Amino acid sequence: MFGHSGSSRSRVALAGALSAGLIFSLAACGGDKSDDTSGSTDTSASGIDCAQFTQFGDLKGKTVSVYTGIVTPEDTPQKKSYEPFEKCTGVTIKYEGDKSFETQILVRAKAGNPPDLAYVPQPGLLQQLVATGKAVEAPKEVADNTDKWFGKDWKAYGTVDGKFYAAPLGANVKSLVWYSPKEFTEKGYTVPTTLDELKTLSDKIAATGSKPWCAGIGSGDATGWPVTDWVEDFMLRLNGVDAYDKWVKHETPFNSPEDIAAWDAVGSYLKNDKYVNGGLGDIKSIASTTFQDAGLQILEGTCSLHRQASFYAANFPKGTKIAEDGDIYAFYLPGKDASSKPVLGGGEFVLAFADRPEVKAFQYFLSTDTWANLKAKASSGWVSANKGLKIENLTNPIDALSAKILQDPNAQFRFDGSDQMPAAVGSNAFWKQATAWITGQDTQTTVNNIEAAWPKK
Amino acid sequence: MLAALLLFAAVMGVILFFASRVRGKRADNWVGYLYLLPVVLLLAVGLVYPGLRTVYESFFDAQGSSFIGVDNYKTILTDKDQLQVLGNTIIWVLLVPPFATGIGLIYAILVDKSRFESLAKALVFLPMAISMVAAGVIWKFVYEYRVDQPNVKQIGLLNQIFVWLGGKPVNLLITDGGVWHLNTLLLIVVFIWIQCGFAMTILSAAIKAIPDEIIEAARLDGVNPWSMFFKITLPSVRTTIVVVLTTLAIGTLKVFDVVRTMTGGNFKTSVIANEFYSQLIRADNQGLAAALAVVLFILVIPIIVYNIRQVRQEA
Repeated sequence: MFGHSGSSRSRVALAGALSAGLIFSLAACGGDKSDDTSGSTDTSASGIDCAQFTQFGDLKGKTVSVYTGIVTPEDTPQKKSYEPFEKCTGVTIKYEGDKSFETQILVRAKAGNPPDLAYVPQPGLLQQLVATGKAVEAPKEVADNTDKWFGKDWKAYGTVDGKFYAAPLGANVKSLVWYSPKEFTEKGYTVPTTLDELKTLSDKIAATGSKPWCAGIGSGDATGWPVTDWVEDFMLRLNGVDAYDKWVKHETPFNSPEDIAAWDAVGSYLKNDKYVNGGLGDIKSIASTTFQDAGLQILEGTCSLHRQASFYAANFPKGTKIAEDGDIYAFYLPGKDASSKPVLGGGEFVLAFADRPEVKAFQYFLSTDTWANLKAKASSGWVSANKGLKIENLTNPIDALSAKILQDPNAQFRFDGSDQMPAAVGSNAFWKQATAWITGQDTQTTVNNIEAAWPKK
Repeated sequence: MLAALLLFAAVMGVILFFASRVRGKRADNWVGYLYLLPVVLLLAVGLVYPGLRTVYESFFDAQGSSFIGVDNYKTILTDKDQLQVLGNTIIWVLLVPPFATGIGLIYAILVDKSRFESLAKALVFLPMAISMVAAGVIWKFVYEYRVDQPNVKQIGLLNQIFVWLGGKPVNLLITDGGVWHLNTLLLIVVFIWIQCGFAMTILSAAIKAIPDEIIEAARLDGVNPWSMFFKITLPSVRTTIVVVLTTLAIGTLKVFDVVRTMTGGNFKTSVIANEFYSQLIRADNQGLAAALAVVLFILVIPIIVYNIRQVRQEA
């Protein structure tokens, strides 16, 4: 049945197999070393104060791995903004961008193979990651920086069970409505300052026979999330920040009257045949249009208004003039009255899975105003809630607008609610039910279903 | 990497060393078992243990921390959304294998010994070479919808044809159509399109394996093409058809990429494998995900048993 293994032939084969394996593995080992030649010691060219990193000791030749969902083309300014740090300290930043970061990071953390640092875009995910037991608390230097440069609310989002884990990185403003300043001037529309004015404006545009709003909630596996932003924005506006906080923490049920009022208010826009869906179809077409495509209808002239976050600027084709007097610009989605200014937004947080000095040093660097301004100069379509960020460093008008909204003393900033809810709701039931709601399901059933999905405990 | 390779070499070395030392009456058998050892170990670590672990976890809650008995299975069998998932999976398994096999068989017979046989076969086989994700993206464009308004052009092939024929464009992928499950059927078409090539290739080989003497004898007896098909071809390739049907059925039960790429499981099109992924990754519900995996496993078992029995009987 099996060959006689005592023969000399099999021994030769064994020796061959073993040596082949060794050669192969040595070759593989040699390949790994090729990119290990970093560490120019020239610190003068970096333009930042290198002395601030001496507190972390000599870091030369060390490597910090960063894992994030920020991919091409936005990763280029990220990497560029790390160069001064790399020059100062001799640390190499190993940057790994992955579109499926949000699912893979959990897998990696649970499997015991996390990166040194992860840019976590959702407080809910942050809590899940901390729950794996692999995350490391932020060092004191980073906590001090966060106290100094960020608002209390931002620090709270990076805090789990009273322990501070992650400092904020970037931010985005979600309470924006994209429009065409050109069209507004031509047709004599004015930017609304209250919710009532927004409604009047929508009616005015609808009266001309055109559909004022265009919307799309398609996002592959994540289809439905843009509706959650709408609902959160109206939750904030109709019920105030306190009610919003309770709603997010599930201290009030998801099918409470306040919540239903918010959904219905959203429905008066998104499920209104007269208002949607400019250039795209009927109400149901919102579900099948990707969120990236929907706002482009403004350029086509088939719709006038599109509610989407500041990062939507990247979706307009090259050559589109995004400015207050250009083809495209955005206005702040107004509050109930002109005096209240709730702002819905999002952002990423830097979570560490290692506490080596070089990792701490890089975390420290990212939480400084130095980095925020470096990054601002290097990029377009990016803002931070860092108070040290100078608005004049932001080249893109939308970034400047977002930073102004974030730094407005009257602004009541609240983080994206669905990003803070448990995954079963925030990234599953809420999305799914919102999609069903757009395609015809009534509000009561929708909120009841989401309430039922809330983890019992 | 180096450590893993060294470990591999070391393990192989140890096994071969012991194998060369075995002496005695039943030496051959012992050597055989020794060689099997790594495979058995790897199967245990990579397949048996995770399998049992999945069954175990399916009795726990979302976090995998507290025991909740058969609640997850209850959810699968009672929750409205989960029943939809099960129902869709059943529609898939009922439709894909017979259609893909049937089309593949007819095609194989039609092109058999024709002048352009290899070209014709290559055309049908090509979709097999495309990944399911890519196929999903391609067909998404076929089904794409644009509103029926002046200055708006259809970019989806199917809707453009509707418009040419004087109809109105339909938002195909979100139209469930009540009992008709239009969007699910449209997804099934994609999967059949991919799998036909597989069925055709295997069945074509089986048809070619029918001994020429039998066919000649039948011809001499003067059978017409229908009898030839039903009395000679079909019985001769029966086992192959069973293998193709069961393989397709198993593949269909596991369908994931097409659904995820084209609708993401929205609009009532989700199937078990997609729901498993959603529950595990998106909803972070380990227990329910594990239970769904177990259900999938249970559904596959009878098909495999049937498959093996058929093949055994033949042999």
